[in-house]
Formats: sequence, C-alpha cells, structure tokens
Amino acid sequence: MATDVPPPLPPAPEAPGFRAPPLLRQIPKLARYQLREFRRSRRFLAMVGIVLVVGAILTAVLARYRGSLVANPVGFYGNGWGSAVGYLIVLAAILFGGDAIAGEFQNKTGYFLMGLPVRRSTVYFGKLLAVYVAAASALLLYLAVLVGNGVVYFGAGAFPWQLGVSLLLALLYLGAVVGVTFVFSSLFKTSAYGFVLTAVLLLFGFTLIQDYVSVLAHAEPWMVISYASGTVGSVFNAPVNWGLSGSWVYMHGEIEKNVVVKIYTVAGVAEGLLIMLGYLVASAVGGLWLFEREEFT
Amino acid sequence: MSVPSLEARGLTKRFGALTALDHLTLRLEGAKCVGFLGPNGSGKTTTLKLLTDMIYPSEGECFLNGISTRRDRTTALAGAGVLIESPEIYPSLTPREALEMVADVRGVPSAEWSPRIESVLSEVKMSEWADRKVGRFSKGMKQRINIAAALVHDPAVVLLDEPSSGLDPRGMAEVRAILRDLKRSNRLIFMSSHILSEVADVCDEVALLDRGRLLFYDTLPNVIARFATSRRSVDVRLARPVDPSRVTGPIAALPGVQAVASLDPQRLRLQIGGGVETEERLLKSLVALDLGVVGFAESESALEEVYLSQVANGE
Repeated sequence: MATDVPPPLPPAPEAPGFRAPPLLRQIPKLARYQLREFRRSRRFLAMVGIVLVVGAILTAVLARYRGSLVANPVGFYGNGWGSAVGYLIVLAAILFGGDAIAGEFQNKTGYFLMGLPVRRSTVYFGKLLAVYVAAASALLLYLAVLVGNGVVYFGAGAFPWQLGVSLLLALLYLGAVVGVTFVFSSLFKTSAYGFVLTAVLLLFGFTLIQDYVSVLAHAEPWMVISYASGTVGSVFNAPVNWGLSGSWVYMHGEIEKNVVVKIYTVAGVAEGLLIMLGYLVASAVGGLWLFEREEFT
Repeated sequence: MSVPSLEARGLTKRFGALTALDHLTLRLEGAKCVGFLGPNGSGKTTTLKLLTDMIYPSEGECFLNGISTRRDRTTALAGAGVLIESPEIYPSLTPREALEMVADVRGVPSAEWSPRIESVLSEVKMSEWADRKVGRFSKGMKQRINIAAALVHDPAVVLLDEPSSGLDPRGMAEVRAILRDLKRSNRLIFMSSHILSEVADVCDEVALLDRGRLLFYDTLPNVIARFATSRRSVDVRLARPVDPSRVTGPIAALPGVQAVASLDPQRLRLQIGGGVETEERLLKSLVALDLGVVGFAESESALEEVYLSQVANGE
C-alpha cells in the first residue's frame, strides 16, 4: 500500500555575504578578544597584584625563616603549592567568571555579540575559554614565583614529580570550578548576583555540604567539588592514595559521645579526577542549557 | 518567486499573559529603507529581537534572506548587520579592535579587514578615534561604532533598532546623515523608530505596529494618501536662502500645488494634491526653477497625523 510521503523541503538558499567560520574556530576567536579585554581590565591587574603580593610575602618568609619549609623539595612544593593553590583557583574563578554570563546581560555587551552570526554555545565556550586562560595565567604566575624560590634553595633540577601531577590536577580543578561559576552566572542577568552566589558557594557552600555529608551523614562526599580539590595537595603526602575511594580518619567521641565515626577527608586521586571531570562535563551541559534558555529581553 | 530579504510568518511573542507581538506577517524584498513605527511597547524591538534570535517566538517563524533565524541563526545572520538596544562594546577594546573581532567572527578574510574597517569608520566619521578605547566614548560615538559594526561585512540586510534613540540633537543629526548615506547602497534597511521626522526623511516604506499588531505596511506616499485626512504636504529643502516673496508665486502656479509656506529661508512646505506621479512631476518642475533643491520629502506633520490617527484608533 502506498503511503503519503511529504515532499522533501527545498534546500535553504545560500546566505549572501561571508560564511561564518564553524563553531570550533569561532570559539578561540571570541576568546582571544575577550582575553584582550581581561588583560586590560582592573580585575586582571588586581589578580596579578594579589599573586605578586602573596609571592613576595612567601619569598620574604622563606628568606627570613627557612627552617622546615625548605627542608626538601617535596615538602617545599607541598606547602607552597599544594596547600595554597586551591584558594587561588577559587579566587581567580570568582573574579573572572562570577559575572561572565550575567555581565553580558547587565552590561549589554551580549546584545553586541548576539548580533553576530554565532551560536550561543560559541559565546558561552568562548567566554569560558577566556576565563580559564586568564585564571590559569594567574596560577602559572604564582607557580613561577614558587619555582624561582625553589631554584634558589634546591637548584634548577630539583622538581619532584608530585609537582607535575599536582599542576595537572590543579588545572583540571580550575576547569571544573570555572564551569561551576558559569552555571551560577548563567542563572542571573545581574553581575552582582552572579558574583555573590558564586563566591558564597565556592568559599563556604561546598565545604559546608562536604562537612554535613561527611560528619553528619557519615558518608563519603564524592558529590562535592571541594572534596576533590584536596587531591591537588594530597599527592605530596606519602603514600599517595591513587584509588577510587577517599582517605579517612576515625574520630573517637568528638562528634558524638563514646561513638567512633569514620570521617572522609580527601578523595583518592582517581576519584578526584572523576569528580572534577564530572563537574566539568555537567557544568558545561547545564550552564549552556541555562544560557540557551535565557532570552535577551 | 524571489527570496524575501526579511520575512515574518505569523510571528507571535507572549510574555506570560502579555502578548507583545500578535501574529505579525511581513515580507520585505529589494533594496529600500523601511521604517518600523509604533509607540513604546508596541512590539518593535520585540520583532527585531525575534528576527535575530535574541528572544524566541511563541508562535510563527522569521527568516532573513530566506533562512530561518531560529533553525540556523549563524547562516541567517551572516548576511545581516544588526544594531539592537544600543549594545555595548567591551570597553577596553578600541573601535578598530572591535571591528576586527566582528570581521574575524563573521569570516571576512583577514586581508580585507583593514580596508573595510577604514571604510566603515570613515562612513560613520570615527576614523580619528579608531585607536582610542571605546569605554571613554560618548553614547553617540558608541552608537556610530555600533553602526560601523553592522556594516563592516557589507550586509544585504541591515536591522536597526531606534538608531538615534537617546542621542542629543547633534548625535541624532549625525546618525540621520549616516542613514541617508546607507540608503544609497543596494540593501534593505529595516529600522524601528518613533521619531517620525527621521522616518519621513529617510524611509521609502512604513510599517505601523500598535499593541503587537501590524496596522499597515505600504509606501510612505500611499500611507499618507490613504490615511491622512487633510491635504498632504511635502517639505522642500534648498541649498541657499531664497526670498519667499519671489519664489512662492511661481511655485504655487505649478500643477498639483495648493499652497506654499516658507518655514525658513531655506525650507518651504507645499500642500499638494494627487499621488506619487504628481510628486514626481512637481519635483522635476522645482528643479527646473533652479532654486537649489537638495531635499524633497513628505512633511513630518503628514506622517504624524497618520501615526496619531491610527495609533489612537487602535486604542
């Protein structure tokens, strides 16, 4: 029996003018101009200033007190990098990413971008790439200061392998945190809301949730990004927990009288990697979904 | 049948219980300037935002150069230049850098960036500011850069949302001069405005929107002939001052002219009868009088009368 098949649609006419480059080529193009804007902005100067001040204080303290801080390269980089970089990552992500999407609405720069033949995903990932590179530049500047000090105390060849692993984990953690800031920034059209919510969540919120899950529910807080951040520093501690389950301590009577409670403190490296990757992917999908729904009213 | 440069089919936008645009159907072809008139909140900007996929339709669809903006915004906007809601450019960028970004993202070959950017900056009279930061510019200067950004790829369709809105008189005059120059190029200009003098001065056709509904779309003379209740009038602009007592007589004797009034030494308002053909004959006759005619346009008052009567009728 013959069925009625609708005739195929005629091909869409060719658009006059230039053909816009494909998505993957437009993203770095937009990111390049966004980065130029960042580089000239006060917030970038502020971030560089903070890193240089912290670096100067570190250098002065090392020069004055030395002691156990410079006993060996692993301990030096573990203290100087592993313990500190998490704060820098959060600060850089808030500073550059807190208003990344909300600011496009509030400052009306989004109306300029959306008049161009670009998809929303181009704008979203172009900005995300720019924020990531700007924040990573701040981290690398701090690392350069630290390595400069390390070379003074241990020589040019004394770089422990833990520093390389920690750097890779830090860069992945930065990606996940920037992704999270973009999700919250996509919820609003006002920069201040984006900044405040992102700052509250990254500075206190996730840590509180981690504590609630770990201490009150006695469960492993694998769903919290801050739990994964500990791996950036924990790779400097021997033996390294490379596994898919976190490290823990037993607390005797400190949570509840006469009760021993198992408290998870830091994720295993493989587990941390999965948590960070999970946040990276989920935040990219979720943030873009929010941005796609938001109208430039 | 040729592909329309701009088309809306049953385009509707609702914000909750409010219908901002109600089944707009409009089809624009060819090179001309179309004024999109309407009071505040009538749906003009909503239409332009729908046409550029900045907001999404509740019903219907719209096309630029035959391509659905909702289904393929990248291709649809490739041939369009857009200025909506007086957008802001990243303040640390210079006009040259901002225009480079536009050309780069639009896929203009890099060898063409410099001549194109120089050309559009010259067109909007911003060449000497090309390397200063946009953040320090006045609103009028920013608007001129926005217009340049909409033109850098020589688009077939230009969408402008109240291009002189919020500018001081000088800024408005500058933008209007740019629009007149734009008209000489072979492109469709679709411009929303509620400045009637601007529309009367620049546009060939007019669409009037009120409370989300299209009231009419036609050529400016037809609209005035159809809806204006009193006699029509045209304003004639002269290159040099004239003595009204010496020119009004000969002009009043021309076919179709019913009255002549001098607005100032270089502007006359003629009340006329008849349609477009009469206007054409009259213009030729005026030029033959060697008065230095440099402007001949429907007077604002005629369009204003139509606007007020139609918008009021809709209430």
